[in-house]
Amino acid sequence: MKYLKTFPEKCNGCNICMSVCAKLYFKEDNPEKSAIKVTPAGKNAFALSVCNQCQVCVPECPTLALTVNKQGVVMLNKSLCINCLACVAICPSKTMMTWRGGLVPFKCIACDACAKECPTEALKIENKEN
Amino acid sequence: MSSNETEHNLEKIRKAHKILKEFSYELKPVVKGYNDRTLYINLATLEMKEKPVPAEMKKKFIGGKGFDLKLLWEAVNGDTKWDSPENELCIAMGPIAGNTNYPGSGKSIVTTISPQTGIPIDCNVGGHFGPYLKFSGFDAMEIQGKADREIIIYIDGNLGKIQIMEAPLDAVDSHVLAEQLHGMFAANEREKQHVSVVSAGHGAEHAWIGCLNFSYWDKRRKLPRLKQAGRGGTGTVFRDKKLKALVVKYSGLSGKSNNPVDMETLQKTGLKLHKEILTLDDKQCQMRTIGTAHLVEIMNDYDLLPVKNFRFGQHPEAVKLASWVWKEYFTQNVPDGCWFGCTMSCAHGVDNFELKTGPYKGHKVLVDGPEYETVGGCGSNPAIFDPAAVIEINFYCDTYGLDTISFGTITGFIMDCYENGILNKERCGGLEMTWGNWQAALELMHQMARGEGFGLIAGKGVKYMQKYFVEKYGADAQFLKDIGMHGKGLEQSEYMSKESLAQQGGYYLTNKGPQHDEAWLIFMDMVNNHIPTFEKKAEALHYFPVFRTWFSLQGLCKLPWNDIEPANNAENAEPNKVPEHVQNYVDIYNAITGAHIDKQELMLQSERVYNFQRVFNLKMGHGKRPEDYPPYRAMGPVTVEEYESRAERYDKLLQEKQNIDPKGKSSEEKVKLLRTYREAQYESLIDAVFKRRGWSKDGVPTVEHLKEIGMDLPEVLALVKKHL
Repeated sequence: MKYLKTFPEKCNGCNICMSVCAKLYFKEDNPEKSAIKVTPAGKNAFALSVCNQCQVCVPECPTLALTVNKQGVVMLNKSLCINCLACVAICPSKTMMTWRGGLVPFKCIACDACAKECPTEALKIENKEN
Repeated sequence: MSSNETEHNLEKIRKAHKILKEFSYELKPVVKGYNDRTLYINLATLEMKEKPVPAEMKKKFIGGKGFDLKLLWEAVNGDTKWDSPENELCIAMGPIAGNTNYPGSGKSIVTTISPQTGIPIDCNVGGHFGPYLKFSGFDAMEIQGKADREIIIYIDGNLGKIQIMEAPLDAVDSHVLAEQLHGMFAANEREKQHVSVVSAGHGAEHAWIGCLNFSYWDKRRKLPRLKQAGRGGTGTVFRDKKLKALVVKYSGLSGKSNNPVDMETLQKTGLKLHKEILTLDDKQCQMRTIGTAHLVEIMNDYDLLPVKNFRFGQHPEAVKLASWVWKEYFTQNVPDGCWFGCTMSCAHGVDNFELKTGPYKGHKVLVDGPEYETVGGCGSNPAIFDPAAVIEINFYCDTYGLDTISFGTITGFIMDCYENGILNKERCGGLEMTWGNWQAALELMHQMARGEGFGLIAGKGVKYMQKYFVEKYGADAQFLKDIGMHGKGLEQSEYMSKESLAQQGGYYLTNKGPQHDEAWLIFMDMVNNHIPTFEKKAEALHYFPVFRTWFSLQGLCKLPWNDIEPANNAENAEPNKVPEHVQNYVDIYNAITGAHIDKQELMLQSERVYNFQRVFNLKMGHGKRPEDYPPYRAMGPVTVEEYESRAERYDKLLQEKQNIDPKGKSSEEKVKLLRTYREAQYESLIDAVFKRRGWSKDGVPTVEHLKEIGMDLPEVLALVKKHL
């Protein structure tokens, strides 16, 4: 299963990943619309919050808008989503995201765009067993 | 049948459809939860029209059941019977209905003049029909008149088109018909989710306990699911009008379909409840894994599970119907919500169930349920402690369009009469209606569906049978009155009220008859002793029926109110009201409609409609005190056997409450003494409740009270004045 592995101890809090993600998927530099979240966690320390592709959300979706692709990544089909946010509620890592005013949730699809730009190699696409 | 054969059959059925009338309407978005118009259809004249919803109608009646009753009131007169052409079948939703954020927001409310009671019945039902009808453009629909041939009404909510079509070849039984129609009206597999069907079945053609099935497409199972508008004969009225089905198709659903004024609050409040359910349900009611069937062993433990026509409240074999048994039958880990966004997800199903009897014998079917009421009614009450038999009864009730609660209570009554010699094999047309005989119970139901034999008599309900058995077989009228578990003609639902005076009121001081949706006070009253005085009982019998009316004004389900509770709920002064959830309702109502109500106004909205319904009963020649009494079996032990089954408890009550020493008295004497006491208690309860509700001693809402709550419409005041 492909997922974005995080190394928070390497993170310097530059927030480039959030910027890259929001610009790629929402065409705006808005941290609220990033599928990865960097938050301060003490002096010079940061927490990285991003989907680990655990798939707990998938059976919860009433419209089958959430599916798992061949690489093991949970994908959201926006055209099927009816905005109930059940997936947001059940997500154990709180990484099925929403933004204020938005209807459709969004999540990391392990695209690698942020990892490529991370200056400290705090993010890396890896594979793990289900 | 192969898929090619199925396609061929569908094509044949479709080709036989002949459009009799078409009606086009302008598509408009829902604004703040309302369309501000309703749909009127007359099956005799084929007239179709939209009717505006004036501001005053919204103010007084809010929506859902309120709109239904308002439309029905205008359609019928005091002489209207259930099968009069002017009787209507009304379906309405409510401003909150159809939102996908707050769990339990997809209910439709059905009303009609009931064949069983002669007064309005109202049913709150899941499935997708109501919300799709709403987003197709209508806050309610009323169907009047009778067709002269088999009819389907089709509403295309994306094209703004309604068709009345002749439907001679379509199936009648719901599990077949719903699948046919989902297939026929969807252009492809994906579209099946956008279709919903309302249907009944062969049972509803002959029995007065006909129910309606509201469908939704289960994408995982690739089959339609059926939720029931169960009580009081809605399906009977439907088939009497020669309606085979109502079909709606609507795509485009989103979280904003209601155009709420405050999406953020709606999302936030919904998310809060989702999280509560997902975190706490396993520790509380297990609705997500078992649903309402989790109650069986609890009811049995507390002597509240009906056994043998409500003689007893528990049975050693009840363990065979316990929650863990159902958990094994129910397919797990699928989102079984009957509307989108309901994480309570309690609409469980049994997959691939092989039928042993009837016209579908050998078929492997999907069975919706059983839920608690079905287990109590069709399981323990007729002493059928075989879960597979209960599932089969459940299946056939649904597909035949029969109410499982009434069927269960009817079957219990018949078996009681059989044991008491009032009935025998010959009188039952060859059926041995002995306790636990599930084969006989099922055959009785198949007879109802075929419209033959003893099934025809039984299908008319307990009230009808009481009279029939007295007239035909010279049965003891008083005994049958005592053991016939109905009120106003409607069979009692499946809780024992014998030891809870408040619940006797909760069942029998209701608008439509003894159904548990108005008040469930047994634990408050009997177990926790929170409402010991008449005044406190009366307060509960005012608050809960009025509050719970609100769900049906809005298109909401009751279950997410108190079948899940916030972790700190017990710290509240009044935990039974679940105050945080009531505030949630205030918040989402305001978020959708833009109003600024508070909890008091919420109650007032309900109280207006609750009183209107009581006055409606008066309009139909009912609705006064004499009809508000339970059969004695709902109040205490009718027989020596019942008394002796709990002799210690009853002896103690005689001593403590009546200051009577039970020693040396026969059980017959003690039954009589207890009865005198309990009947007097019930009289005092009625007095206290009517006073609290603002009604006269005779149960008529007073002019002052109606003015005070704002239900002072001229026609309402004129009517009550005749009775005060």
